[in-house]
Amino acid sequence: MAIITMPALSPTMTEGKLSKWLAREGDNVRSGDVIAEIETDKAVMEVEALDDGVLARIGVAEGTEGVKVGAAIAEILAEGEESQWGNEGGSNPPPAPSENAPEGKNTPPAVTPSSVGVKTDGKDQVSAGQGRIKASPLARRLASERGIDLSGIRGSGPNGRIIRADIDAVSTAGSGQPATKAPAIPSPVPSGEGESTLVENSQMRRIIAERLQQSKVEAPHFYLNMDIEIDAMLAARKALNANAPEGVKVSVNDMIIKAAAVALKMVPGANASWEGTHTRLYSHADIAVAVAVEGGLVTPIVSRAEEKGLYAISREMVDLAARAREGRLLPEEFNGGTFTISNLGMYGITSFSAVINPPQGAILAIGAGEERPVARNGEIKIATMMTATMSCDHRVVDGAIGAEWLAAFKQVVENPVLALG
Amino acid sequence: MTNPRYDVVVIGGGPGGYVAAIRASQLGLSTAVIERENMGGICLNWGCIPTKALLRTAEVKHLIENAKDFGLTVGSVTADIGDVVKRSRKVASKLSAGVKHLMKKNSITVYAASARLGDEGSEGRQIVLDTGEVITGGAVILATGARARELPGIDVDGKSVVTYRDAMTPETMPKSLIVVGSGAIGIEFASFYRDMGAEVTVLEAVDRILPAEDSEISAMAGKILSRRGINLKVGVTVNSVNAVSGGVEVVIGSEGQTDTLKAERLILAVGIVANTEGLGLEGTAIELDRGHVVTDEVMRTGEAGVYAIGDMTGAPWLAHKASHEGIIAAEHIAGQPAGHGISREDIPGCTYCRPQVASVGLTEQAAIDAGYDVKVGRFPFKANGKAIALGDDDGMIKTVFDAQTGALLGAHMIGPEVTELIQGYAIARKLETTEEELMQTVFAHPTLSEAMHESVLDAYGKALHF
Repeated sequence: MAIITMPALSPTMTEGKLSKWLAREGDNVRSGDVIAEIETDKAVMEVEALDDGVLARIGVAEGTEGVKVGAAIAEILAEGEESQWGNEGGSNPPPAPSENAPEGKNTPPAVTPSSVGVKTDGKDQVSAGQGRIKASPLARRLASERGIDLSGIRGSGPNGRIIRADIDAVSTAGSGQPATKAPAIPSPVPSGEGESTLVENSQMRRIIAERLQQSKVEAPHFYLNMDIEIDAMLAARKALNANAPEGVKVSVNDMIIKAAAVALKMVPGANASWEGTHTRLYSHADIAVAVAVEGGLVTPIVSRAEEKGLYAISREMVDLAARAREGRLLPEEFNGGTFTISNLGMYGITSFSAVINPPQGAILAIGAGEERPVARNGEIKIATMMTATMSCDHRVVDGAIGAEWLAAFKQVVENPVLALG
Repeated sequence: MTNPRYDVVVIGGGPGGYVAAIRASQLGLSTAVIERENMGGICLNWGCIPTKALLRTAEVKHLIENAKDFGLTVGSVTADIGDVVKRSRKVASKLSAGVKHLMKKNSITVYAASARLGDEGSEGRQIVLDTGEVITGGAVILATGARARELPGIDVDGKSVVTYRDAMTPETMPKSLIVVGSGAIGIEFASFYRDMGAEVTVLEAVDRILPAEDSEISAMAGKILSRRGINLKVGVTVNSVNAVSGGVEVVIGSEGQTDTLKAERLILAVGIVANTEGLGLEGTAIELDRGHVVTDEVMRTGEAGVYAIGDMTGAPWLAHKASHEGIIAAEHIAGQPAGHGISREDIPGCTYCRPQVASVGLTEQAAIDAGYDVKVGRFPFKANGKAIALGDDDGMIKTVFDAQTGALLGAHMIGPEVTELIQGYAIARKLETTEEELMQTVFAHPTLSEAMHESVLDAYGKALHF
């Protein structure tokens, strides 16, 4: 018996394309026979059978890209041998890629099933199905304050218990560059006749410039507007705040974060990134929120916002925003969101179009909530309205998906009870 | 002739050495211990244990003298110092016998000898005993402990000027006593001799007694001990100690003023010196730092295969620290994965004076100096029902939390049985609980421990009974 796995062409190779099968299921093969060809962008290599027998199963279809190194691709059985397919530790047999990809307007093209080809997002992967995570209460608290996912940490305490030292180690390792605190004082440089001042761009300023320019150059933006009535949301907020735990005050923005997260679960196609040969579909709504800070902006993330209650989101946002302004966010607290919200309502802006925060597929720009006359059943009524503008990366989010998402968002905002679903 | 060979040879049979030997044996290693005096070391024979026996006598005496407060009429109490010391020695020898039994039970060979490191051979390190024997150890654990520090110019004669060993076996009770040093040892002796009826004066160089403790605890201890009639002189230097007829004469200095004190006896309790001489450390890669052997987290010295544990490796000079280090060394020798070493902040310290003092972790000042934003809780035993019922309600419990994370940075206690209570906080620290778990823990009523709960609540402005 031999399970043939995806070989590595180089030490750094993590995945490759199975370009061609040279044998078919049922063929007799002998050790040394070339049965397949694989390739990366750099090289092509032949895969040889290691045993004599029958090529009992081909697990990855010809032409499949992004097959992970070590994944099972085929099985050769000697006479009378039983298949071990699927029992092999660590290498799950891949389902046939093309059949699994659902067709339809919701799904961006070329999505490969996750079990073999697609490099899945680590943080979505680790915690699933691992059972109880052993961690000290202090470690848990520090992790939640610093936005660190415990499921990805190896504990150094007794029996692998995660203790403070482990969280500190992760925080120190991650906090190499204080990306938020810019040298705030402009250093005037004499220029010309003193008509202007040359201010050195902070590291943050340069990163903002680079990323947003990249976004506008690479991501074909299009924009969708929708007017949304927020009276029901304001009423819900009032009720929430009337019963809030001490010190918690839910803001309109917190409600919008939650509504956006719920809408992303309803229309997952909008929760995606373009990665060239693949589209990454996120399983959680990690909502980045643009926060203005001295010298620029940062986007702290409320991760898994779809799973969190409004009080929790509110507490988290108060803490994140405060620390964002103090320049004390950890890198993992502002890197890696899946969708961004930018709210300029407090400045009285009615509506605006935001630049997508790469590599995300969309950003939502929120204008001010204001009383406007609206026509209802032939009558003019006054309602509190807000205009939401969605910028989409057309490579991953088509017009229909964007529109569907915005409609879902509107539905949740206007029926806040849906956030309970 | 081949020398006997053991996987592990431990030099020193104190609480560090004998525990290391038991652990090594449990892990399947052939083990020998070399002890020049009594198994159990200073702790068991001349330290922790016999002094606790003496202090128990003092406590019982104090209770009887105050029997009237409890509605009891008893006659006057007479102490027979000979019997008091005899009981203390009996307690020590009982435990020493217990340790010998433990060695036998764990198949550990005990050599009664002094020893020094010999050459590295093909089978391990040779150990040369003063009996002429040579044995070989695959690994060696040095656990030779420490002895009382003496001061230049002060002649310790064992009669009027003594250190701990003679102080715990007095033949007569002195009418007056001077104790130099107000650390745990000095204060315990001061407390014992005072309860037994002596006039006691304590001299301390820094500005407070029990200088290792939180300053609030020091202050409260100072107040209570002064009330008990102990004369505490802090911020003083001892300029000279001279034997005179009927005792000693001590010249002390303070802020440029000198003063002469007289007493029948003087106890020198000014710290300890590591026993590193005569061990054959010279010429090895074993490093000393201010007299203490330098080790890494798993107690390895600079010399391959040689470990060092306990008092000889530095402060805090506590038996439980030595035992724990012994376990770490034994497990490392046996190839067990190293955990985290001991953090000094996780080692509780106890002083068995009346009232008792105990602490673990950072003092408030140390926490502030380390840059923490602290939340501090305090709860007096005066507001604790059990303490009042015991008629022993002097004292308090102070807790120090990191305001940012809720980590318990330190706990500092003075009062009844706090040397037992401190373990609760030591466990809390090791398990890394935050204030929330401590608040949510149900404390039994009526207990002294309730004061631990209240102190935590107080740190967050939630104390119920004060």
